[in-house]
Amino acid sequence: MISRAWLMDEDPATRAQARAGQAWRLARDLSRNPLAMVGLAIIVALLVVAAFAPWLAPYSPVEGMLTNRLQPPSAAHWMGTDELGRDILSRVIHGARITLYIVMLVAVISAPLGLVIGAVSGYFGGWVDRVMMGLTDIFLSMPRLILALAFVAALGPGIENAVIAIAITAWPVYARIARAETLTFRRSDFIVAVQMQGASHARVIALHVLPLCMSSTIVRVTLDMAGIILTAAGLGFLGLGAQPPLPEWGAMISKGRAFILDQWWVATMPGFAIVIVSLGFCLFGDGLRDVLDPRQRSKS
Amino acid sequence: MTQTLTPGDQTAALRDAGPRLARGLLAAGGVLLTVALTFLGLLAITFVIGRVVPIDPVLAVVGDRASRETYDAVRLAMGLDDPLLVQFARYVGAVVQGDLGQSVATGRAVASDLARVFPATLEMATIGILIGVVVGVPMGVLAAARQGTWVDQVIRVVGLAGYAIPAFWLGLVGLVLFYAKLRWVGGPGRIDLFLDGMVPVRTGLLLVDSLIAGNWAALRSAASHIVLPATILGFFSLAYIARMTRSFMLEQLGQEYITTARVKGVPERVVIWRHAFRPIRVQLVTVIGLSYAGLLEGSVMIETVFSWPGIGNYLTTALLNADMNAVLGATLVIGAVFIGINKGSDLLYRLLDPRART
Repeated sequence: MISRAWLMDEDPATRAQARAGQAWRLARDLSRNPLAMVGLAIIVALLVVAAFAPWLAPYSPVEGMLTNRLQPPSAAHWMGTDELGRDILSRVIHGARITLYIVMLVAVISAPLGLVIGAVSGYFGGWVDRVMMGLTDIFLSMPRLILALAFVAALGPGIENAVIAIAITAWPVYARIARAETLTFRRSDFIVAVQMQGASHARVIALHVLPLCMSSTIVRVTLDMAGIILTAAGLGFLGLGAQPPLPEWGAMISKGRAFILDQWWVATMPGFAIVIVSLGFCLFGDGLRDVLDPRQRSKS
Repeated sequence: MTQTLTPGDQTAALRDAGPRLARGLLAAGGVLLTVALTFLGLLAITFVIGRVVPIDPVLAVVGDRASRETYDAVRLAMGLDDPLLVQFARYVGAVVQGDLGQSVATGRAVASDLARVFPATLEMATIGILIGVVVGVPMGVLAAARQGTWVDQVIRVVGLAGYAIPAFWLGLVGLVLFYAKLRWVGGPGRIDLFLDGMVPVRTGLLLVDSLIAGNWAALRSAASHIVLPATILGFFSLAYIARMTRSFMLEQLGQEYITTARVKGVPERVVIWRHAFRPIRVQLVTVIGLSYAGLLEGSVMIETVFSWPGIGNYLTTALLNADMNAVLGATLVIGAVFIGINKGSDLLYRLLDPRART
């Protein structure tokens, strides 16, 4: 039943068919962009590594052998060992879970928050819009990293607080996007039609406005992932994010700083993980933007 | 811009000068209002952060052995019983007068601490942005001119690297490579230890100070210390500036007047630099302003890695000591400079580009 013709049908019979066709076209366009596929492969690898960390890691991420400390990369320890004799590769693998956890949580908190604020602001317009966008602009023109630092300083170090701090500084971008998107169709016939059927404002926003803001927000969230990862790692590096003995990549680099001149691998190895994963989100985000948001297509 | 105006347009422009000036003033007033509101918002944020800190400021003054009466008396004297709005107004008043409170760690006023460390950050960020502009703009132009070739791809990868590499990690790698292994540059800090304090402080910018003093050894040492952190900082602004320059250039190169120029037989170099590059200069000013502001922020990480005695290092040290006055003071100053540059370049854009005024 699911054939190419069925998916490509210009005249879908059911909503499910339309959706499936749309998803299929999206996947097809995306698969033609090699860089986006590289990005996707990295993200999938991150998911797999995070999911199967205990099975993939050759050693324990927290227990080490002190007799085996600060060993250079070898066949037994591909990335060497750290100052407590722990296998760095195993710690990097387990660190994928923490990174994924932080990134997911920030996205789940800040994107819906920004979406709702932006959609409400654009939908109602007038003074609601002016007040809410004024607030958004104030947050937008703040330095994000510094603000996150100050918030963590106030809340105390730890992963959860780092997530809250990053989320607080991340939502304004999504609010701006959702508002801009909402403004383009808020006077459209289909919105007026739903309103005249007696739908409440909440229903119109939730069921008819928000879904249309989704694609540009998803693009933006994917592109922002790299920034979130870097900020989280930065907080970890400063000792404000994940606390030892958690194998968070930024915190691992911070620990390795003490041995950087003689045992370079302790600090550099987790950095490669950060670079690869951030690059993956950048590449995939770029590709996704080209497919989902043709207006902002990067001219290449 | 000016060359596209016909004489008729110019007389029209002269006729409109009066109302345009009034409109311009009105717009400037609006901008000033939003700037003031943004600063107030920044103050509100630092104020709220100062409130939610789980450190009891009264306890810090009286100690944990004070009696209930002393505690309450001090609490009253510190004004912590007043309504929040009153406290906020008092806070704003103090900040406006330059009072950021005392630092617990250094025992000095936070404001004077910040004035002492700020030049170090300014020096590094300025050299960083110079590198970013001098390298990034030509790179972006080149990428656009050779769109789709391997040159473009290499520049694209450099641009992406700027988004994916953690600054603090690149700093560490740079230290290992260029300081420890190759010995090309000086290590952490602003100057070699035995030269520290040898140059009288005039501007706080070590390069300028040692130049004024004519101390060549100090100048050489300071230069070899600043080159690596400033280059790494510059790399991140370079990545952003090159990416933006490329997309602005492509937008211009796609215009019809460029085709006209090419058809006329104008040399490609002239088409690129005179016809396409000139109109984007104003947009670039905004981008450069934004990335300069971003550098002040990015210096927090770089300074920590290089033990650079600037505002970023001051902030992170204060964070680890739970020295809240210092943390909030530094946040406020970095935030204010960030907003200032941000809005300043926005204003400059409006002033320079006639298209943005309407």
